[in-house]
Amino acid sequence: MSALIEVENLRVRFPGDHGPTDVVRGISFSLGRERLGIVGESGSGKSMTGRALMGLVPAPGRAIADRMVFDGIDLARLDERGFRRLRGARLSMVLQDPKFSLNPVIRIGEQIGEALAFHSRASRRERRRRVLDVLAAVRIDDPERVYRLFPHEVSGGMGQRVMIAMMVVLEPDVMIADEPTSALDVSVRAQVLEIMDDLVRRRGMGLVLISHDLEMVARWCDRVLVMYDGRIVEECAAGRLAEATHPYTKGLLASTPHLDDARELLPVLDRGALGASR
Amino acid sequence: MIEIENLDVRYGRTHVVRNVSLSVGAGESFALVGESGSGKSTILKALAGQAPSWTGRLALAGEPIEHRRTPSLARRVQMVFQDPYGSLHPRRTVDDTLAEPLSIHGIGERDRRVLAMLDAVGLAARFRFRLPHQLSGGQRQRVAIARALMLEPPILLLDEPTSALDVSVQAEILNLLKTLRAERRLTYLLVTHDLPVAAFLCDRLAVLRAGEIVETAPIADLRAHQLRSAYGRELVSLSLGGSSRGHASP
Repeated sequence: MSALIEVENLRVRFPGDHGPTDVVRGISFSLGRERLGIVGESGSGKSMTGRALMGLVPAPGRAIADRMVFDGIDLARLDERGFRRLRGARLSMVLQDPKFSLNPVIRIGEQIGEALAFHSRASRRERRRRVLDVLAAVRIDDPERVYRLFPHEVSGGMGQRVMIAMMVVLEPDVMIADEPTSALDVSVRAQVLEIMDDLVRRRGMGLVLISHDLEMVARWCDRVLVMYDGRIVEECAAGRLAEATHPYTKGLLASTPHLDDARELLPVLDRGALGASR
Repeated sequence: MIEIENLDVRYGRTHVVRNVSLSVGAGESFALVGESGSGKSTILKALAGQAPSWTGRLALAGEPIEHRRTPSLARRVQMVFQDPYGSLHPRRTVDDTLAEPLSIHGIGERDRRVLAMLDAVGLAARFRFRLPHQLSGGQRQRVAIARALMLEPPILLLDEPTSALDVSVQAEILNLLKTLRAERRLTYLLVTHDLPVAAFLCDRLAVLRAGEIVETAPIADLRAHQLRSAYGRELVSLSLGGSSRGHASP
């Protein structure tokens, strides 16, 4: 499997009153045309890892890596102009809540078309056709109608499908999805994940699915990285999560309640024993 | 302990709760499950005196509820919200937050009561004079639970109390809620979209859809995946990670 992205010793560093703090502390991994899950709890560095790949670490933080290469392009040394050419076109990102990621005053169709206008020389008519196609690809039944709607006129699940449409309209090589379904109802979650999964497989994209939900990631990915306190503590095939060996992964699995759970109390993580830096 | 008869709630022309009736016994823990827009949180709001226009009959601990908050209502029922970041005053210390209900209701021995409550929710005394931003999400939710218990109400309304928390922190808060209920003989009405959370914390549940109860069942039925309604079964299958395809919508 040829790697789309290779990362060696990535750190995301923020300056602070007592010297710099690394929220991602030297991680290495690669991504092929596969579905890679990154799981961890808040503060684990999983979202910052995704943002580092997109060149979107918020100032004054910055990403430092020995090597961070996407298809021969050195992301570790790429400037903002270079990233802007990649984002949307070759690397794209879906965030948690469509309410905050869509511009509320631009019609959905025009919003999706914007990416095409920025990255391609397609004519207006051609853009419109491609937007309608991509809306249909994310299983929106009536693309013509949705094209004309404003973001507040659609439900959360539909909004997230629109976000995904916007992210795949340029057929990127890699999609990074950060908690793409956490703001959605359970009945819509599976649909959104199915749509993403289908697009990723059919177009041969690489997917990075970032989530706090171990079971969801295990279900929808091929491989899983477990992050804790800025480090990758475990890497395994998604189907073998039950055989995880790191105490954090095991603790996380054990502390999740299940439907047919007869346990009186849930086991709790011993953070002291895990040796967190903060 | 909680009596709801023919509750209807309308916001303008939108009918958000439709003819809901249910009864929760003393010491029982009852879950309202459903998706966004099912009306589950609105039912809690009506019980807490925060929904302005409802019709029907509501009673808590044997006394009917009016359409506004009264001191007597505050002593019968308190609420714990989803987001501990939003539900605590950012510029008041833990001590201010916990002592305020005591001073409003003219209850003495504040120091002793505040310290005892911190202990009961598993917070060390050193947290007493901290501000919310100096606490973690789990610690804040402990403060929110402590605040709700200061007046020693027999009933707690829990609105998605762990869905904003990390899984490992959720486990701590779920354990705390279970232990407090057993120790203090509390009655819980829990709103959640998370079926395993309902299974862990409750004895019975009602499944809500579009403002209506489609099914009421003992938790054993949920654990055994034996809900009767098609919608209830669909929620169970989704919770187990089934695909959304191939299920008939009721």
